Amino acid sequence: MTNLIEIKGVRHAYRTVSGPLPVLDGLELTVPEGGFAAVVGPSGCGKSTLTRLIAGLMKPDEGEVWLHGERVKGPKSTVGMAFQNPVLLEWRSILQNVMLPLEIVDTGMSRKAREDRARHLLDLVGLTGFEDKRPSELSGGMRQRASLCRSIVHKPEVLILDEPFGALDAFTREDLWQTMHKVKAEEPFTGVLITHDLRESIFLADQVIVLSGRPAKTQYIMDVHLSGARDIEMLYTPESAEALNVLRHQIRIAQGRDAA
Amino acid sequence: MTLRQVTVPLFALILFGVFWEWLVWVNDWPNYKMASPSDLWPAFWKFRWLFLEYGWETLWRTVVGLLLSVVFGTLLGMVMGLSKTMRDALYPLLVGFNAIPKATVVPIIALMFVGQHDMNTILIAFLISFFPIAVSVSIGLSTLEPEYRDILASLGASKFTIFWKIALPKTLPEFFGALKVAVTLAFIGTNLMEIVEPHGRGLGHLFDSGKISADYPLMFAVLIALALMGIVLYYVVVALEKVFAGWAERDPT
Repeated sequence: MTNLIEIKGVRHAYRTVSGPLPVLDGLELTVPEGGFAAVVGPSGCGKSTLTRLIAGLMKPDEGEVWLHGERVKGPKSTVGMAFQNPVLLEWRSILQNVMLPLEIVDTGMSRKAREDRARHLLDLVGLTGFEDKRPSELSGGMRQRASLCRSIVHKPEVLILDEPFGALDAFTREDLWQTMHKVKAEEPFTGVLITHDLRESIFLADQVIVLSGRPAKTQYIMDVHLSGARDIEMLYTPESAEALNVLRHQIRIAQGRDAA
Repeated sequence: MTLRQVTVPLFALILFGVFWEWLVWVNDWPNYKMASPSDLWPAFWKFRWLFLEYGWETLWRTVVGLLLSVVFGTLLGMVMGLSKTMRDALYPLLVGFNAIPKATVVPIIALMFVGQHDMNTILIAFLISFFPIAVSVSIGLSTLEPEYRDILASLGASKFTIFWKIALPKTLPEFFGALKVAVTLAFIGTNLMEIVEPHGRGLGHLFDSGKISADYPLMFAVLIALALMGIVLYYVVVALEKVFAGWAERDPT
């Protein structure tokens, strides 16, 4: 298995009026092809900066970001992104919103094929019948499902999820976790998930990376091998409880509340 | 449009007219103090051809001034909305210019381009109305949430594509809000110039003639004609807004 995402020794500082503000200091991250890494860490530790680096929206001061054996120099159409804010365009229908990336990325698909693909994805996440609705007519969870469809419609190799379920209520969030598994089974991608929710991280990812407090470096990596079917019950096994305990301890270290 | 949407404002209009007539009648005001609606019909009828001719003059000058405002205001708003440096550089200049009462600019323009009635009038209508458009477009563009940019930027879309597909349509509701303000401002500009310029033609000139010949009902009739034209143009903008930015309207729930 080759490594699709490789981040080596990345350092970055934001220039502010009161001098440089280092956010990343020695970040290491490797995600094999088809892998799904969750990145957790204290608030404001530079997790969102990490997503912008992978997407090629900014360059690090030092270090390297590699995607599929190629050094990232700028944005690439092989990346898909979804954020906490679903950022759907209010003047387009849900279907047209999902099709937006296909207007930018040349996939060589016919108009009909593009529409079929968008409809298929909406069906996959359970939004059949809402294709012609406006985003404002949908609930928060449904909007986030549509946003998820848009992020994968152009078949990206890498999917970057920046706290996509952060603003949803607990039940909707658990529904969306299961939708995520369904999507991943049908539409393979290599994923990086930024999250604040440890249960979410072990439920969705096969690798959890704990970042230290700002400036962030890779503090701890946990491989998740949770047995059994991926349903919510899985989060209540002794095995999961132990994994969560370890992660919680690591977060407290990152916050400077527990000794290493 | 339902019947109710027509009858309710129409009824309010008639009620207002009746109240006005009653107010003049009960106070026994002479028509040089306050003309009543019943005095206006003779004035309209007597000068009906002038009203048509001058009304047209005022209307097309206002619309051309407004179109210039839309083009220039949008371009200026784009420059200020997309570049922070330009915003910092131009805002004080723009606010200062807008703070000058346009009534004081009118005689200057009238002298500068003496005799050029059409151009002068259009120029004032434009100068008075481009400000709200420029400000709203610039604010609409500069407050675009970064995520909106990122969903296209992360795919390698050009700045122009992001502007065309996201920033521009997202600014349309603000733009139309400003255009509604600009419509009424442009009418003020047109009439200021028409009143000040000798032989300027247009409804403003008719108003001035009424003043000179002490024909008070005529002056009031001009005001009503201007109000009617203002309403019509305003609703043209509302109709355009429905077509281009109707999505911003939410169903009441």
